[in-house]
Amino acid sequence: MNTEHHIKLPEGSIERTTTTLNLGPTHPATHGVFQNILELDGERIVSAEQTVGYIHRAFEKIAERRPYYQITPLTDRLNYCSSPINNTGWHLTCEKLLGVKTPKRVDYLRIIIMELARISDHLICNSVVGVDSGAYTGFLYVMQYRELIYEIYEEICGSRLTTNMGRIGGFERNFTQAAFQKLDKFLAEYPKVLREFEQLFNRNRIFMERTIGAGPISAERALNYGFTGPNLRAAGVDYDVRAHSPYSSYEDFEFDIPVGKTGDCYDRFLVRNQEMWQSIRLIEQAYEKVKEFKGAESEVFHADIPEYYLPEKEDVYTKMEALIWHFKIIMGEIDIPPGEIWNSVEGANGELGFYLISDGGRTPYRLHFRRPCFIYYQAYSELTHGAMLSDAVIVMSSLNLIAGEMDA
Amino acid sequence: MSLTNDFIKQRLIEKFGDSIAGVEEPYGMLTFEAPKELNLKVMQFLYEDPELRFRFLTDLTAVHYPGQPGREIAVVYHLHNLVENIRIRFKVYADVLKPDIFTATQLYSAANWMERETYDFFGVNFVGHPNLKRILNVDEMDYFPLRKEYPLEDQTRIDKDDAMFGR
Amino acid sequence: MARPVRFNIHPILADPKRQIQLTNMPDGHTGEGFFATRLSDVVGLARKNSIWPLPFATSCCGIEFMATMGSHYDFARFGAERLGFSPRQCDLLMVMGTIAKKMGPVVKQVYLQMAEPRWVIAVGACAASGGIFDSYSVLQGIDQVVPVDVYVPGCPPRPEAILDGFMRIQDLVGHESLRRRHGEQYKALQESYGIS
Repeated sequence: MNTEHHIKLPEGSIERTTTTLNLGPTHPATHGVFQNILELDGERIVSAEQTVGYIHRAFEKIAERRPYYQITPLTDRLNYCSSPINNTGWHLTCEKLLGVKTPKRVDYLRIIIMELARISDHLICNSVVGVDSGAYTGFLYVMQYRELIYEIYEEICGSRLTTNMGRIGGFERNFTQAAFQKLDKFLAEYPKVLREFEQLFNRNRIFMERTIGAGPISAERALNYGFTGPNLRAAGVDYDVRAHSPYSSYEDFEFDIPVGKTGDCYDRFLVRNQEMWQSIRLIEQAYEKVKEFKGAESEVFHADIPEYYLPEKEDVYTKMEALIWHFKIIMGEIDIPPGEIWNSVEGANGELGFYLISDGGRTPYRLHFRRPCFIYYQAYSELTHGAMLSDAVIVMSSLNLIAGEMDA
Repeated sequence: MSLTNDFIKQRLIEKFGDSIAGVEEPYGMLTFEAPKELNLKVMQFLYEDPELRFRFLTDLTAVHYPGQPGREIAVVYHLHNLVENIRIRFKVYADVLKPDIFTATQLYSAANWMERETYDFFGVNFVGHPNLKRILNVDEMDYFPLRKEYPLEDQTRIDKDDAMFGR
Repeated sequence: MARPVRFNIHPILADPKRQIQLTNMPDGHTGEGFFATRLSDVVGLARKNSIWPLPFATSCCGIEFMATMGSHYDFARFGAERLGFSPRQCDLLMVMGTIAKKMGPVVKQVYLQMAEPRWVIAVGACAASGGIFDSYSVLQGIDQVVPVDVYVPGCPPRPEAILDGFMRIQDLVGHESLRRRHGEQYKALQESYGIS
């Protein structure tokens, strides 16, 4: 702990030293557990020292003990507001290591669930920025539509929040009729809700005065701090992993990348709203393409890789090869090629990277998650330097800090 | 003209000669290694050179290889050139008994917490770091958990039966 | 072959006359112009329908709690609409999410600051027993540091499960004796956690 806290203020200030205020780790405004020790001169913040690690769960060490398909539930709990993106990112990493190419239908279905997850995460972040500035209505209203997204996830994989969705090579079962009906319902109802949400906040005088100018960052400083995702795009840099290094057939679709100017809270809010519109556009395009698959092609939901993908149970009980593959996969007798690989996906709050070193064994030798929130939270003291105390809270919630991902 | 892995390799060998070793390209990403004393010089070269321009530090982490005496701890930097969209991986190796590596915080502010995390997990001492203390684990911890010799589970538990939980 | 949809396809229209339920009266002796019952029953009835929870949300279970607070699963109808973040003003400590060893003293501190009567609900597998994280940095269950009344399993538990756990807390609160904190068993429990 840094014991020297009180900073002497210059001559002519009202106080002699600063006041120490401890914000967290349990605090209504910190969505997740991280601590900030603020030194205040009246209401102005002179310095902010962060302490993280209150929910350190040792993911990287746990991953060294688990076979590749058992790491998916672990990745769920990184950025738990948008678990399908983490799951798909991990599966893409494994597929890159194993040299597996997934069929187009699987890619398009993955895009649909990833963009739904992105909408789900941005809804939480933006409505919580509203809650922190006093506007509880937006939060309650959009929670209803997050329930629709949860129902879609339930149809696909059975779980609402920590989805463990998909397998290496595709999905565990085909999307049912009910899932597509719920997706239709969502696409019919949601755009109107997003428009109402925007009307509530975008030109709302109180909200604008609260957020404009709070926590700005320039593009050069943001790049130096390793910012990625909507925070970097709000600062003016159009870096999006989906466009730069397309994965899962994103190159087949058209979408824009919204970019802000000053990188303050208002820009971050607007960038996230615009990204939700782009996500809706992507889901609609991907859904159209999925509907074009007819007949036998519409039954494809995984790549044809018997070495890594568990066979159907009917086949396991009746055919010899399926039984052998089932045994080998579960007992870990599959040859995983040794190598080291870096893969990254555009998570809802930034570039989520996976650095995997495999030594040919059943479990990874080393797995490191490049977690975006951990990296950009370092900039918090620079973002709030000289700001008022109320800005400290707004900046924290507009950065979209998810404690589970930060501490991993 | 667009940047290719061969061009980068050539420029590095021109500048640093024999110090650059272990050049390979797993899955398309150029990976090379340099002695740990030169890590800042290499990164500075990659940052400032007008054609290479690796100005974004994507990731900084370490790996423990207990089977390679004298080179047990590998610190791995992933750098990214956003304009040309090229990534490279740069490794430095250090002995586990004296893992001193120069800090990259002067060049990339992002390295600050990433180096603290690497110190916390592996015990790598980053020389020149402004605030090198534990970040994710409790401050009183006296060992470096992600090294291979330490177990995953908490050893002070008495209620979990090893036979049933397969440790 | 995609299966046709069988469930949840006929929407049920709301009927206000059928939905409203009154709480059951406690047992008592009634006569013309009076109703006599035990004081603890009345106090219990009042307390259980107006619990002020402290959501100690650390991770994923916290998001499911946010969904429980939303209008679909509506936590407010149980009287727990007013969430307090100050432990001095709350009755129920809802620990939702993984508690790491770094966070353990913080949970203990928050529990100590709560005024009697206080209850603790451990929501989720991580709070109940450490969950899937059997590692060196995770506290294997918050009952290592604070006494827990109700455990809600799940990872994360569905909002219906959180509500079920909350209703069990309501049962505990409703049937509590007025002299609980002076009882031998309660005092021994607090001693075992080092809380005097």
